[in-house]
Amino acid sequence: MSSGLSVRQLQLQVENRIILKEFSLEVPHGEIHALMGPNGAGKSSLAKAMTGHPDYHILQGDIHFDGISIRDQAPDAISKLGIFLAFQHPLEIEGLSVANFIRSALQAHRNPQETFLATDFYAQLYHYMDALHLDRSFSSRALNVGFSGGEKKRCEVLQMLMLKPRFAILDEIDSGLDVDALKTVADGIHSLHKEQKMGALMITHYPRLLQYISPDRIHIVLNGKIVRSGSMELIEELEHGGYQSFSSL
Amino acid sequence: MNPIDMAEINPSRGHFHYDTPYPLDAGVGLSHATIDYISDAKKEEPWIREWRHQALDIFLHKPMPQEWSPDVLHELCFDDLHYYLAQGTDVKQSWEEVSPDIQQTFERLGIPEQERKFLAGVEAQFDSEAAYARIQKTLQDQGVIFVSSSEGLAHYPEIFRPYFGSVVPVKDNKFSALNSAVFSGGSFIYVPPHVKVTQPLQAYFRINAENSGQFERTLIIVDEGAEMTYMEGCTAPSFSKAMLHSAVVELIVRPHAKMQYISIQNWSHNVFNLVTKRGVAHENAEIRWIDCNIGSKLTMKYPCIVLKDERAKGEVISIAVAHTGQWQDTGAKMIHLAPHTSSRVLSKSISIGEGNAIYRGLVDVHPRDGHCKNYTQCDALLLNVGSRSHTFPTIRVRGDRHCVQHEASISKISEEQLFYLQQRGLPKAQALSLSVNGFINDLLREFPMEYSVELKRLIELEMEGAVG
Repeated sequence: MSSGLSVRQLQLQVENRIILKEFSLEVPHGEIHALMGPNGAGKSSLAKAMTGHPDYHILQGDIHFDGISIRDQAPDAISKLGIFLAFQHPLEIEGLSVANFIRSALQAHRNPQETFLATDFYAQLYHYMDALHLDRSFSSRALNVGFSGGEKKRCEVLQMLMLKPRFAILDEIDSGLDVDALKTVADGIHSLHKEQKMGALMITHYPRLLQYISPDRIHIVLNGKIVRSGSMELIEELEHGGYQSFSSL
Repeated sequence: MNPIDMAEINPSRGHFHYDTPYPLDAGVGLSHATIDYISDAKKEEPWIREWRHQALDIFLHKPMPQEWSPDVLHELCFDDLHYYLAQGTDVKQSWEEVSPDIQQTFERLGIPEQERKFLAGVEAQFDSEAAYARIQKTLQDQGVIFVSSSEGLAHYPEIFRPYFGSVVPVKDNKFSALNSAVFSGGSFIYVPPHVKVTQPLQAYFRINAENSGQFERTLIIVDEGAEMTYMEGCTAPSFSKAMLHSAVVELIVRPHAKMQYISIQNWSHNVFNLVTKRGVAHENAEIRWIDCNIGSKLTMKYPCIVLKDERAKGEVISIAVAHTGQWQDTGAKMIHLAPHTSSRVLSKSISIGEGNAIYRGLVDVHPRDGHCKNYTQCDALLLNVGSRSHTFPTIRVRGDRHCVQHEASISKISEEQLFYLQQRGLPKAQALSLSVNGFINDLLREFPMEYSVELKRLIELEMEGAVG
């Protein structure tokens, strides 16, 4: 099995509804792909299924990451394989600080015998917070509690930068961001992509994000199926005729 | 994460027991003969013997709380218990002199080590009597008294007797009467005027024997302008038969003095923990109960503060964790007797599995023209579908110009929250304990650091059993 992400003939069920049917997608190691489609096309469901959400049941087919099946794996096990999901709607956790959370997550990813110094941790955390234009008080705030839309998205990117995944699924990372914030977020994704060949699947329904991160390949999803795959020329078509122009295919 | 003492913190740490001989055993069951046995064993003066007999009569006449108490209370059988078990030795001032079983018990519980690290004094009680009591010499020189209550009664009657039973009358409730009849052990503390005890004094209560009861009696007097923190911990082995712990604690906090009383209750799940705790705060005095209930089968405990004179302040901070088979019936009582008094109650409970957490509170405001203030907040967290939480607040306000606020919330940790945390690599149990710790984090900060670390860890371990 090839390295990278491989979704084969996936049939996905949630709450007695079939969301995806015979869905296939290949993202070779280190590539960035965009998954585009209107609301309700099944994009976010795919993201949840790929990360082991208990409500999403894989009825047929399978998902492999670097040759390992993630079907029937717990979310934390999938995370440890190196798959990171930047949530469309990050959850609020009262009383749990951003710094504590990221530290616990880092610890979970490491060998328990390995120790790491608090000073090193904070040096790195502050470095990325500066890059994301988050001020120092941010790390002691309760996770996502009272965050603005933009702060939530940047917090997701901060977690990604700290955890350094091998593959990131970015679910609507661009929604609610102004142009400056969008650039900052894109820079973060770029740096991991360059430094360690992180692959990514960007889920979006607006072409705007793709001006800042140009994907190797774009897939258009309608009604639970990929109807077209191609490169940047699809964007032109999309901006011209909207998603309807693909539905006749 | 803090590496402090990780290895030795364990909720089942107390689940061991030694076959210790008890030369002094009042036998099973409770009668006037039991009282005489205890009084003889302790070589008590006639007045206290008489007090005990009268208390027993009151106990026998008072009915069990019927309508409002959890049904499980009626599983308690008074005839099956030992009311006094002791080795008949004196309280020692060095651990080496304590008998080996008892010494080893407290070593395993980490008490001598804590004493060396951060405590100003320790009393260790094993079943009915204190085995060890010691206080730093500098405090002793300042006139601070910290002894077992039996010693307090014998050696400091001039301070002990006038206050004894003055805050919690014998007839207050069935269990205060029971305690008054058979009490043994507990602490007697006196802090002279303007003496500030900066490190905590700690008492540790250990039940070792099967089907026995522990009835310690604690009396603390903090004199004018003085300050102190008292800390109590407790464990018992996990036997299949029921055990009873029924204490009475009385605090007298004189004008401008401050007292903080911290308890971490971690009894095994076969213990009925029925405790009456009450403090009187005089003018401009402050009392703070910090009460954490993790163990026991049934706990019924509502720390009370009587705000007797102007500008007295009271606070109860309460954390309860109830697992399947546990009833944490806890709360607070604030009695405002004088104008310009203020009180605050912060209570958080966590119900796991089919655990039952109950908050029962009383705010009773008396002054006619008063400017009294109370703020009460109770938050409950339910972890599973069968988890239960109840809140029974009673608020009585007479007169005008008072401000009483009650807020309550109930929440659940959602599957989506857990998924979010798990997606970052945290196992489900850790995801759960981080959320739970987040829920009580602001209250945990109120505990001294040494204890908050232990508490966090205890709660984490409780969560591991909660993931189904």
